[in-house]
Amino acid sequence: MDLSYTTEELAFRDEVRTFLQEDLPNDLSEKVRLGQDLAKSDMERWHAILNNRGWLAPNWPKEFGGAEWNAVQRHIFEEEAAMANAPRIVPFGLSMLAPVLQKFGSKGQQDYWLPRILSGEDWWCQGYSEPGAGSDLASLKMKAVRNGDHYVCNGQKTWTTLGQHANMIFCLVRTDPDAKQQEGISFLLIDMNTPGVEVRPIILLDGTHEVNEVWFNDVKVPVDNLVGEENKGWTYAKYLLTHERTNIAGVGFSQAELASVKRIAKAANHNGKPLIQNPAFAARLAQIEIDLRAMATTNLRIISKAAAGGAPGVEASMLKVKGTEIRQEINDLARRAVGPYAMPFASEAIEGTNDMIPDPYEAGPVAADYFNNRKLSIFGGSNEIQKGIIAKVTMGGGR
Amino acid sequence: MKFDLTEERQMLQDSLRRFLGDRYTTARRNEIIDSETGMSAEIWSQLAELGVIGAMFTEDQGGFGGAGFDIAVVFEELGRAGVVEPFLDSALIGGRLLAEAGQGEKVEKVMEGALHLALAHGEPGSRYDLNHVETTARDGVLTGRKAVVMNAETADLMIVSARVSGDVADQDGIALYLVDKGTDGLTIQGYPLLAGGRAAEVTLDHVRGTELFGADKGYQALADVTALATVAQCAEALGAMETATALTKDYLMTRRQFGRPIGTFQALAFRMSDLLIEMEQARSAVINAAGYFDTDQRDLYVSGTKNLMGRAGRLVAEEAIQLHGGIAMTQEYELAHIAKRIVMADHRFGDTDYHLERFIDLSAA
Repeated sequence: MDLSYTTEELAFRDEVRTFLQEDLPNDLSEKVRLGQDLAKSDMERWHAILNNRGWLAPNWPKEFGGAEWNAVQRHIFEEEAAMANAPRIVPFGLSMLAPVLQKFGSKGQQDYWLPRILSGEDWWCQGYSEPGAGSDLASLKMKAVRNGDHYVCNGQKTWTTLGQHANMIFCLVRTDPDAKQQEGISFLLIDMNTPGVEVRPIILLDGTHEVNEVWFNDVKVPVDNLVGEENKGWTYAKYLLTHERTNIAGVGFSQAELASVKRIAKAANHNGKPLIQNPAFAARLAQIEIDLRAMATTNLRIISKAAAGGAPGVEASMLKVKGTEIRQEINDLARRAVGPYAMPFASEAIEGTNDMIPDPYEAGPVAADYFNNRKLSIFGGSNEIQKGIIAKVTMGGGR
Repeated sequence: MKFDLTEERQMLQDSLRRFLGDRYTTARRNEIIDSETGMSAEIWSQLAELGVIGAMFTEDQGGFGGAGFDIAVVFEELGRAGVVEPFLDSALIGGRLLAEAGQGEKVEKVMEGALHLALAHGEPGSRYDLNHVETTARDGVLTGRKAVVMNAETADLMIVSARVSGDVADQDGIALYLVDKGTDGLTIQGYPLLAGGRAAEVTLDHVRGTELFGADKGYQALADVTALATVAQCAEALGAMETATALTKDYLMTRRQFGRPIGTFQALAFRMSDLLIEMEQARSAVINAAGYFDTDQRDLYVSGTKNLMGRAGRLVAEEAIQLHGGIAMTQEYELAHIAKRIVMADHRFGDTDYHLERFIDLSAA
């Protein structure tokens, strides 16, 4: 047992730190720190900086232009990036679609689409969930009917994150209505500029526009855009989900947010003393820090196992549940810490256009974040679905 | 022992519930929230006509209610419908302070719905401490800054606390003043609130005020009206929590996944049961706070209730969202606003931890 990084890992961490200090633009990290919305151009700028360094695709093999980092290196980068308030890498093309193309796509698809992901030429979004198919994803209904050299697609996707910026969407569609649920599904790449595609915004409870509905009305998609074999899409979708779960514990985000709560609690007055001295608040703060330190080690244990070639299975589900619970608890502490200043609605501040919103602690929109991050236990397979997986894998039953 | 409402209160509850159920839809509320004033003058006067404001005052004060249960009935219904109009701040807090100070004519106008008020008391450094006042008053001239002042922009009259004497955290030496809208030196910087309505940062630079409560009476007046407002806030949260649980129950039995209503999965059904159990606790806690209001145990029950509502409210809001899934995160769905109201209630008049500590102090005394 040795809890410290190796000499090589420490050298890598220093390299990452230096890069973040030198190349992460201040205006971007300030936006992230203050919880402001990032514009599409902000995200593209950060992607380009990373791509320039060869670090945009840490999980890709070198042959496709990736950094091919191992799990420990990826973890170090994610942790350092979160602590430095770097924008999050938009995952849809880079860590969701790309691994599927690399494993199941044709040579032609790999050669065409992968470089365009790195260069930012294409912005991908994910077409999985439907109004009637959330936790029960396999009940999806969007139809694709083969007609000569193309498919005709009809249906609706929802919760499409950042779909308003995207020009491409990868979709799970039903190609065989008569097969058993999981067996009639295919994986299609759809150009969102095709006639019949319509994106409608969904405004979330904190006023943000992150997600969308995407409607398909007789949309023609070339057969060349089918990934792998027809009706085998569910296999690819499951493969993609294992990649969606990288950095699932969000340790770096939690650490950054916890540091912010402590800073606020030292500055805030409670009964004439700093809030951090209030026993009830201090106890909850301490407990969550204890939990986070333990989870950070759980995370490293699983990462080491993955780096040594073991595949994380049920542990990923466990990390998702614990990681989101901890982050949501920290969000709750943050909103409590700012007291009455949780109430102002900083919609203008989120958009970065208005400094009228009072924020004596420079805390950012902590209450809006508290509400927004309720999504963490809902998306990417809700925590209830994760618990079902844990039970099924460990006890053979579940649900 | 009798747990039924009086006939008058029952009638008020019924008519309010009917009126708001018909008129105060999610779409209507979202329009009001997005409007410049963050409130509807039409709704305000219609509810005043229905007796909502009159029920907040005793017969001596010219009203027809004013007791803990009158306040609880009114605010539970306002909370159930997620009403964003500032009845709590303008009518209850402002109106009752005026009534206590013997300003009968103004109180009458408040009951007609024709006079809007705001209390400017909290400051950037006070958080929830009622005794923390840095704003100063010298011969009726006020200077300082007030934080998150509800309804400041709409108020015709502002009630401002200021320190005449003593240290920043002394209870003695806090006086209350009336300040007219538009008085020289008064700056109001308004903004919307996360859960609807508007507030403002208020700066006073040598503002002339008229004394409402002297330096020996200001703190007690604030403590009394805050206790009453806390009961109202808890009742409002209770109403909102009723809506959240009702929506969740319906959704669990209509939403189908894996070929059956999701409420038939035991893992979810048990969590719904937990919410319903907590709802009974919450209802009883509000009854306690209202029922013990005019006794010497007032503060103990007020703090106990606020603490319980903070805990139960967080559970109900978070679980209602989780049991729904993504749909509850959307602005168009009723629960989104209701959940925000429940959680934001924790940020007024002292939060869960604040009242836990106060309960400990009071019960040890």
